[in-house]
Amino acid sequence: MFNKKLKRVAALLSGTLLLGTLLAGCGGEEAKSDEIRIGANFEMTGNVANYGNASLEGLKLALKEANEAGGVNGKTLKLIQVDNKSEASESVNAATKLISEDMVKAIIGPAVTANVIAESQVATDNKVPVLAPDATSPAVTVGEDGKVKDFIFRSCFIDPQQGDVMAKFAADNLKAKTAVVYVDNSSDYSKSLGQVFKEKFTAAGGQVVMEEAFLQKDQDFKATLTKIKTANADVIFVPAYYEEVGKIVKQARELGVTSPILGTDGWDDVKVADIAGAEALNNTFFSTHYSDKDESVKGFIDAYQKEYGHAPNVFAALGYDAGRLIVDALKRAGTDDPEKIRDALATTKDLQVGTGTITMDKNHNPIKQAVILENKGGDRVMVAKIMPEAE
Amino acid sequence: MDFSEQFLQQLINGLSLGSIYALIALGYTMIYGIIKLINFAHGDVYMVGAYIGFFAITQGGLGIFPALVVSMLVTGILGIVIERLAYKPLRHAPRISLLITAIGVSFFLEYTSMYFVSPTPRTFPTLMGDVSIHVGDLIINGQQLLILGITMVLMVILTYIVHRTKIGKAMRAASFDTETAQLMGVDADRVISITFCIGSALAAVAGVLVGVYYNSIDPLMGIMPGLKAFVAAVLGGIGILPGAVVGGLILGVIEALVAGFISSTFRDAAAFAILILVLLFRPAGIFGKNTSEKV
Amino acid sequence: MFLALGLIVFALLQGLMAAKIIGSFWQLNITIIGINIILAASLNLINGYTGQFSLGHAGFMAVGAYVSVVLTTNFQVPFVPALLVGGVMAGLLGFLIGLPTLRLKGDYLAIATLGLGEIIRIVIMNIPYVGGAAGFKGIPHHTTFAWVFGFMLLTLFFIKNFVNSTHGRACIAIRENEIAAEAMGINTTKYKVMAFTIGAGFAGIAGGLFAHMFYIISPASFTFMQSFNYLIMVVLGGLGSLTGAIAGAFFVTFISAALASVPEFRMIIFALLLILLMFYRPQGLFGYVEITHLGPWREFFLRKERAKR
Repeated sequence: MFNKKLKRVAALLSGTLLLGTLLAGCGGEEAKSDEIRIGANFEMTGNVANYGNASLEGLKLALKEANEAGGVNGKTLKLIQVDNKSEASESVNAATKLISEDMVKAIIGPAVTANVIAESQVATDNKVPVLAPDATSPAVTVGEDGKVKDFIFRSCFIDPQQGDVMAKFAADNLKAKTAVVYVDNSSDYSKSLGQVFKEKFTAAGGQVVMEEAFLQKDQDFKATLTKIKTANADVIFVPAYYEEVGKIVKQARELGVTSPILGTDGWDDVKVADIAGAEALNNTFFSTHYSDKDESVKGFIDAYQKEYGHAPNVFAALGYDAGRLIVDALKRAGTDDPEKIRDALATTKDLQVGTGTITMDKNHNPIKQAVILENKGGDRVMVAKIMPEAE
Repeated sequence: MDFSEQFLQQLINGLSLGSIYALIALGYTMIYGIIKLINFAHGDVYMVGAYIGFFAITQGGLGIFPALVVSMLVTGILGIVIERLAYKPLRHAPRISLLITAIGVSFFLEYTSMYFVSPTPRTFPTLMGDVSIHVGDLIINGQQLLILGITMVLMVILTYIVHRTKIGKAMRAASFDTETAQLMGVDADRVISITFCIGSALAAVAGVLVGVYYNSIDPLMGIMPGLKAFVAAVLGGIGILPGAVVGGLILGVIEALVAGFISSTFRDAAAFAILILVLLFRPAGIFGKNTSEKV
Repeated sequence: MFLALGLIVFALLQGLMAAKIIGSFWQLNITIIGINIILAASLNLINGYTGQFSLGHAGFMAVGAYVSVVLTTNFQVPFVPALLVGGVMAGLLGFLIGLPTLRLKGDYLAIATLGLGEIIRIVIMNIPYVGGAAGFKGIPHHTTFAWVFGFMLLTLFFIKNFVNSTHGRACIAIRENEIAAEAMGINTTKYKVMAFTIGAGFAGIAGGLFAHMFYIISPASFTFMQSFNYLIMVVLGGLGSLTGAIAGAFFVTFISAALASVPEFRMIIFALLLILLMFYRPQGLFGYVEITHLGPWREFFLRKERAKR
């Protein structure tokens, strides 16, 4: 009886060990000399999987284009993907695997700020550059001590830039005196944008009369929107991601909230219009990276449409930009030495990417244009284009 | 809008949110009533129902009511399959194994769906024009009324089935004591299957209606509503159909009031706090009779 | 005996790590397994030995994690005292929560503890001082394999001795038949709360270890899904078996790490494994059996015992 049990346990243990050695074996294989390994650490499952996967699609397209154009430095790029399950701890795990098992030369991702911050120490310790496509918090590239993190870069806006743009737009263009700030409390992105908006809007002579919050994956916003309606503010600022934004706009209009609703690049997805409906979406404005009517981004949009059969959203576009950025850095570095790649990333200048041109500033943040789009009768109209000042 | 109007509007918001919980809770309470299992997969069955409705409308070109029927049928069968494959073999196993299996089924449904339909949310095409009724400053949405109405009608139909029909009698017997019921000639397996079928079909109704109302569905949409529906079922008294509906409505109203007058980030905490208080002070729920445990 | 075995395993693993035979990825995962063993073993004390079905373990882990990181990061308290304070706070909360809720039974207790775990998480999420929903950043990295292994041994040692003590026997009696236990004069409430408090305390320590490993913690790491994960470890390994808790933690963490390269199938495979395991071994891999009771080992350990006498 006991022997039988023991045999079973022994068989199981040896089985798992065998599996382990097998897996460890195939993970640790040396990179072929004619390829450059790039790691992709993204939210492929878990509650922000839709953002991570979209960025990954964009990134893959950029690398595919580079490979089709003959690769980089005579080598082909190989993307190694690891899922971080939308969790900070798993992000460290994924980055460690990419660096120590797969020997990647650079890591792209993750999408969400917290997950990038989590992996940044591992990457710094191992001197592998990280390029975050979508993480907008200033804390991503600048540490708690105020020092720039050597190996961490991003290819998107930072929150202060966008919050500033929208606060000025509300005060100057819409002549708003009062505003409600309605943020996603589960997201760094949303909270810090709300904070910046409040500061800048107050500085511009406006007044934030109510601050409310919701949580990611909330379905019903009517209770809070009823409260917001009583504030009767000139504008409502909702810096959040498209899934919730669509529902918020729809439900706000159903409750008879007519004031303009403002947002940020998290709005940039056709899903917002699908969920809210064109009618409800009238009189809403958001800042983003490009207007899809812009000639210079047409190439990217068409290529993406052809590859995946649907239009890119903002995460896809930023993932694509990150891909272009890393390819450029590899070319300029002329080698696949991670430290050289780092140096090349830091000196990126006037690089034409999918959504505009990028110059890396001293804080490892790109200097790039912002546009403000208005949703009008089912279409998006560009109402402003802002070139930021270099710091 | 003054305070009392705002309060009334929040009541309306709460009732409409609650009617969705109620609809899911109806199925939950039936299933718990008969096999005493916290069917964690119930929320995911609701999600599958929403997706089937979505594909019936977009791919099959059906209208809302035919799509609802298709979704109920398919999801009902899914319910039977889940019970037969995953729960039935464990009917005499420890309760905890059954619960772990339910968690396993829940993961399986979530991630298989994610594999097939991608994690990106889908949006329902607009099927019904926005009809809203204005009473003074109050706004009542037509779809909210529809959901509440359907919930009430289903509750009445179910209560009729359970209390007036032969199968209902069998259900009550099996729920009271499966083995004795079997000795009395009740085909318990069949009764349990039918209960799962009805419960899952109800979840499908909720899924499709939520899809139409909120206009957005995704593979993980069932987790929280599933849990909340269980809270609602416990609140009303588990196994009692009108209890599930009342529990759902109360939960919805409490959530709306907390979100409207305190903070929406405490909404879920309030729901769980209510659950714990009810469990501690009235464990049988609002409608349940307190029974003392027999040794 | 137990300690010696532990030290041999430790020396072996540490040696392999030093010699770079175990790369940093598996090194990290072995450390995570260690933390998960603490969590699984402490949950096993509540669920397996005392038979009280708790689904709120992640909540206690969160308390320990947050208390200890606040102490180390904001007050420069050394690592180990901070961990212990975190554990004590989690235990204290476990005591306060356990006192009223442990009157509940079975599924009701499960759902109540699940709710409490979520309430703890939501409350933490609403405290701006600890970073709210976005998380607590800038945590020093203190957790090493050696610390985790040490605390793991401590936990296992403590729980093993607790279970074999009068108190532990009382807990097992409650699991077997609460009413009979009460009739035998066992103060069931006292022992249930005791097991719950100890379990919560160790979960708090594990939370502290976890938090000092990843530089950032956020409430999202402590959802009820996480509690499910620990429950799965316990049930897979075997309720009421410490060997089982170890095996379960090992198995679940390992599977999850090994399937990292096929993310789209990872959870599907995991779910199927879970269901199949419940079919074929509903009592878990080890059931109530400890590895020291098995075959040749049994002889070996019994001889030791006899020699002692």
